[in-house]
Amino acid sequence: MKLILHVWRQKNAQDRGRMVRYEVPGVNEHMSFLEMLDVLNQGLIEKGEDPIAFDHDCREGICGMCGFMIDGKAHGGFKGTTVCQLHMRHFKDGDELYLEPWRAAAFPVVKDLVVDRSAFDRIIAAGGFISVPTGSAPDGNAIPVRKQDADLAMDAAACIGCGACVAACPNAAAALFVGAKISHLAHLPQGQAERNRRALSMVRQMNREGFANCTNIGECEAACPKQIKLEVIAQSNADYIRAAFRERPETVVSGVG
Amino acid sequence: MRGGGHMEMVSNAPTGPIEKSWETHKFGLKLVSPANKRKHNIIVVGTGLAGGSAAASLGELGYNVDCFCFQDSPRRAHSIAAQGGINAAKNYHNDGDSVYRLFYDTVKGGDFRSREANVYRLAQVSVNIIDQCVAQGVPFAREYGGLLDNRSFGGAQVSRTFYARGQTGQQLLLGAYQALERQVGLGTVKMYPRTEMLDLIVIDGRARGIVTRSLCDGKLSVHFGDAVVLATGGYGNVFYLSTNAKGSNATAIWRAYKRGALFANPCYTQIHPTCIPHSGDYQSKLTLMSESLRNDGRIWVPKKAGDKRPPASIPEHERDYYLERRYPSFGNLVPRDIASRAAKAVCDEGRGVGETGLGVYLDFSDALKRLGRHKLDERYGNLFEMYERITGENPYEVPMRIFPATHYTMGGLWVDYNLMSTVPGLFVLGEANFSDHGANRLGASALMQGLADGYFIIPYTIGNYLASTKHEKYSEDVPAAKEAVANVNIITKKLLNANGKRTVDSYHRELGKILWEYCGMSRNAAGLKKAAGMIAELREDFWRNVRVLGSNEEFNQSLEKAGRVADFFELGELMCADALHRNESCGAHFREEYQTPEGEALRDDANYSYVAAWESQGARRPASLNKEPLVFHYVKPSQRSYK
Repeated sequence: MKLILHVWRQKNAQDRGRMVRYEVPGVNEHMSFLEMLDVLNQGLIEKGEDPIAFDHDCREGICGMCGFMIDGKAHGGFKGTTVCQLHMRHFKDGDELYLEPWRAAAFPVVKDLVVDRSAFDRIIAAGGFISVPTGSAPDGNAIPVRKQDADLAMDAAACIGCGACVAACPNAAAALFVGAKISHLAHLPQGQAERNRRALSMVRQMNREGFANCTNIGECEAACPKQIKLEVIAQSNADYIRAAFRERPETVVSGVG
Repeated sequence: MRGGGHMEMVSNAPTGPIEKSWETHKFGLKLVSPANKRKHNIIVVGTGLAGGSAAASLGELGYNVDCFCFQDSPRRAHSIAAQGGINAAKNYHNDGDSVYRLFYDTVKGGDFRSREANVYRLAQVSVNIIDQCVAQGVPFAREYGGLLDNRSFGGAQVSRTFYARGQTGQQLLLGAYQALERQVGLGTVKMYPRTEMLDLIVIDGRARGIVTRSLCDGKLSVHFGDAVVLATGGYGNVFYLSTNAKGSNATAIWRAYKRGALFANPCYTQIHPTCIPHSGDYQSKLTLMSESLRNDGRIWVPKKAGDKRPPASIPEHERDYYLERRYPSFGNLVPRDIASRAAKAVCDEGRGVGETGLGVYLDFSDALKRLGRHKLDERYGNLFEMYERITGENPYEVPMRIFPATHYTMGGLWVDYNLMSTVPGLFVLGEANFSDHGANRLGASALMQGLADGYFIIPYTIGNYLASTKHEKYSEDVPAAKEAVANVNIITKKLLNANGKRTVDSYHRELGKILWEYCGMSRNAAGLKKAAGMIAELREDFWRNVRVLGSNEEFNQSLEKAGRVADFFELGELMCADALHRNESCGAHFREEYQTPEGEALRDDANYSYVAAWESQGARRPASLNKEPLVFHYVKPSQRSYK
């Protein structure tokens, strides 16, 4: 099949950027979307044109590095799929597609479809962890965890940090990403000691990074390639409110822990 | 750089009772006092299980750590893609497991080509890893009583594998990543994402820093450290098609090799038996299906060559469950090297399935009858989904098609018991080093080794080096740093100025085909010689005719790839030399000339019971061979049998 692509080309963060039209003939239905772009890029290089930059690494849908908008939908809008696991059998001959990078103030464009998501790392650094220095752990079976809790923790921990939730959100909020980590650790007994601090620190850092507030629209859940549920946001809101009442101010101010 | 001549390799492996050797060795290691730790700068390259856990642990101890990764975030490292699980000798299931048994299985699984003391230590600290990860909040699978669940995995007769659905690597990596980010927040670790190490700075024979390139703007920087830790993963992408992430590369270890670190056993490359078969020339990578699937799936091909009927129309008596037939006691659970070769053998006989004839069936219909859909979903749901997404076929209805693919590399930079390379101050962890797995790695052992190295070994051994060495401060004007930067600039200019006709990918693909054909699942002397010649020719052509557009001073993915592929060419040649020199079959290294009448690997312990560590002699001369003899005091080498 043959596709028409309109791709966002932007040389660097300073460049204004624009859409450029490409024709991609010879697309095979077994190709992944990224393999289709590989083929396009090989052709561009042969013609002496700058290939399209896009982030990708594992191509198995687990590293979270790939992702862009296809026709305004994060990862293409197919259920539970990253763009590297999206195969061309979902498209048909003559389709015209618009590819754009994640759009969010907190995710500045690096080049073409590549954005800077280091804001997510800083949110984790602010509190998305359990403080347990190497070597200080008790036996793994010392603290039983209810299977249901372990499963709920795992559901939330499946987040790959790709940023699709932010890109899909009309507010460019990071509530699903932050909620996933808060929910993961809140479901485990090991996560209780820092539960309040974690919610306060992570939410504060999220606000500092320029992510807007969640207004419960739910686009994030629909776009999430790992199908993280909206309920993690409810969980993190509940934790945040509870923490705001219970945690003493000096602990809040002391920040990173 | 140093001249020729054979170099002294001292393994520093302790002698005496193996049960006590790590304990005794640790006590003998020098300590850095808490007040002095912050005066030491340590460079960690790579943020997978080994690098991430090392950087976090060293930061916790109070060292100043500079940590580098080429991805946009340390959480992307390829450890994240490991599916099946992590081994630990906990014996939670009362089924006869022990540290000694894990040690024994690993030495045997590695076909008696690993260092006993290292493997014993690995088995010992395996139990601490699970404790550490549970405490970090890794959501391991649990039983209804709230305790940790285990399963048996790839070639083990006990249930010692801990897992988190089919995403164990992801969850362990996120645990290490969160510990790392905590240290970033506390200011002990400075993280440099989208930054690639391009050279090692060696001053007075010691590793003292690295040269890096920012992948965003091409800026070269010099970073000094009192020690350099490489945890940059394996070199499976030398084959182009592999289960590795697209960015995984050998550049950091290869450039360290060119600065004097020895490269051990490069020909030990593991081919994983259960991957989705490849479908066309555009294929960019191969996808692994966890070998945990072999616990319940049955592997078969038609008995008749050229039988193209759909699987459902092939009656039971015309199917060959060849693993169950050849290896009745291990059946579908034989180790990876054996399962892969058996698949190749039936395909070579013309009994392969699928369009290309390069595939075998992995059939869940019996398991479906025995366990029911719900149980299978719980065990393998995400894997079945992934398979269907890629192939468009539902494994509940049609048997999966699988074929072996390059997955892991046992070879890597040579290290002593302290994980230090032959360049003092240069430590190498995880898949990037050669230790522990011998000629073949058992399933669920890679995660174990990465975390053992990072959490529980390097924090002790690096202190000994730092405490027993005098460290001067250098400026960027030091000749070794200037020379390393100039070296990187020369390579970049050469790549950009070649201005030829062929893309980097097309060269990489061709190199991969040569290696897969002649230095893959089985090898022979004539093929290896031929491959070495073909690679040398292709390499020459590459430097003349490669086309890399754009400039150094921008985000330039072609340029990144070109540098990595240039290194793969040289590494590929060394792999062939190593495979050619090793006139025996062992583990994943199968030389057709050396096999038993039943077609199993035939070792030659009298002549090849050693680690082959290659020493660079510069671009114009072949690498020279150094040998570390392997001595087995506990597990006596025998013919591996899984029958």
